[in-house]
Amino acid sequence: MQDVEMDKVRILTGSDNVIEMQDIWKTYPDGTTALQAINVVIERNEFVYIVGPSGAGKSTFMKLIYREEVPTKGQISVNGFNIGKLKQRKIPYVRRNIGVIFQDYKLLPKLSAYENVAFAMEVIETPSRAIRRRTMEVLELVGLKHKAGSLPAQLSGGEQQRIAIARAIVNNPAVIVADEPTGNLDPETSWGIMKLLEEINFRGTTIVMATHNKEIVNTLRKRVIAIEKGSISRDEPRGEYGYEN
Amino acid sequence: MKISTVARHFREGAKNVGRNGWMSFASISSIAVSLFILGVFMLLALNVNKLADQLDNQVQISVYLETDTDQPKIENVERLIKRIPEVKSVTFVSKAEGLARFRESMGEDGKQALEGYDDENNPLPDSFEVEAFNPQQIAFVAKQIEAINESDPDKPVKRVRYGKGTIETLFSITNGVRNIGLFIVLGLAVMAMFLISTTIKMTILARRREIGIMKLVGATNSFIRWPFFIEGALIGFSGSAAAAAGLLIGYSQLVIKTNHSMGLYMLQLSTFDEVKWLVGGTILALGTLLGVWGSTISIRKHLRV
Ligand SMILES: Nc1ncnc2c1ncn2[C@@H]1O[C@H](COP(=O)(O)OP(=O)(O)OP(=O)(O)O)[C@@H](O)[C@H]1O
Ligand SMILES: [Mg+2]
Repeated sequence: MQDVEMDKVRILTGSDNVIEMQDIWKTYPDGTTALQAINVVIERNEFVYIVGPSGAGKSTFMKLIYREEVPTKGQISVNGFNIGKLKQRKIPYVRRNIGVIFQDYKLLPKLSAYENVAFAMEVIETPSRAIRRRTMEVLELVGLKHKAGSLPAQLSGGEQQRIAIARAIVNNPAVIVADEPTGNLDPETSWGIMKLLEEINFRGTTIVMATHNKEIVNTLRKRVIAIEKGSISRDEPRGEYGYEN
Repeated sequence: MKISTVARHFREGAKNVGRNGWMSFASISSIAVSLFILGVFMLLALNVNKLADQLDNQVQISVYLETDTDQPKIENVERLIKRIPEVKSVTFVSKAEGLARFRESMGEDGKQALEGYDDENNPLPDSFEVEAFNPQQIAFVAKQIEAINESDPDKPVKRVRYGKGTIETLFSITNGVRNIGLFIVLGLAVMAMFLISTTIKMTILARRREIGIMKLVGATNSFIRWPFFIEGALIGFSGSAAAAAGLLIGYSQLVIKTNHSMGLYMLQLSTFDEVKWLVGGTILALGTLLGVWGSTISIRKHLRV
């Protein structure tokens, strides 16, 4: 029933694009223009770095994807849904196809690692047996099955980020949006997180990751989209970071 | 909605009530107080209505005759009264009978006061008890009887007496009391609702993080809102349950305690069984409604999804 309704808002391009932006502009209510004339297509199973100076508009770009913000002008489709035209009450169903990861993890402090992950399934009314099975599965994937009962405060930064990643992928989203996922982590831990994201990408999930980490971008080569002053200044497959840290 | 989801919403709602302990307690108390007062006024109104019914039944005209009225005259007057179309029945009460009835109605206390009176020195006159078809016709019938007396040169009727205006007075007093009461209850109810909405607002603020993540992973708006509705409903229900319990227990005691003394005046309070569903049900429904209303206000304002 839900899916039938959703089909009505699908853009029937028949393409395999996970994200499409057509002439996107974003001006915040205070008058700051964070993005202008953005045109981007991200295909299924891509791994894309979003780079650029501080304040360039990277986070705004990410927020438009998971519809934390709406564009002032232009069209965005995510996983085939035109999310600009989407009715308010259908937004949750689009979000189920997007996993979001933040620099500060955003775990719930009073819930254990297991509960934090299971929470994402509970609140979309997944049957409890499926929750148990799938939660343990992703905890294993991120290598923290043995820490299932720990509270976030009892975990290291890297471990907390792994739990956040487990929560982001637990509902099998088509795309992961990660805004500086290694921003708070030391280099070694960051590499662990990158290996995990690469594994997830390898298993078929599109990944869009904003980052300031030159070493990672230049070593683990992927498509690079650079944003400067709200505009795309560069878009290269297997690109370089291109800035000094 | 699935059973497990409903159970989850109730669990979360109850958790919210507990987490927000003092505010919840204040809200529950304010609901309880306002509905308790409402209940008192409801019971008052129910009893006034019942009292009015009972008084209605007792309203009849007593026609006292002059002491030296002879039998043919008595019969003549009786016939004339019976001819008034609004009159339902006329009963002759001899002075001996009158004294006996008077003794009975005075109970234990009266026995001593009336000691020493017998048929020889009975101070009461013979009388008729006249009943009209409709209590509203009482005044009119009384006038007719007075007219009958006027047209008789012997003036055999000494006094025509009936409960002039008792019911009207009763109703006008209770109408006033009821209006003031409604005003107070309305004010208290609005306050209670405001308190509930503040409580819910605090819960929403305290759970902001959680709500943010729920939205992020795609929980529906209604899924996010339900626990807060339930929190409001639980607060409203608890408060009204306390009010209803207090009222009904108190009232059942009152009925037992006053049964005897009221009985002396041939009056009776509404019984516990007569009021329990009406008062209890109304209060519970109203309390729950106020709770849900309060949370709706808060959800509208603070839970933009
Ligand atoms: N909610 C907001 N209201 C007003 N202006 C905003 C808001 N969010 C961001 N901005 C502004 O929009 C511009 C882009 O911000 P954004 O957070 O997208 O940059 P960024 O590239 O993510 O920066 P950083 O690398 O420091 O995270 C900045 O000028 C910022 O001040
Ligand atoms: Mg940013």
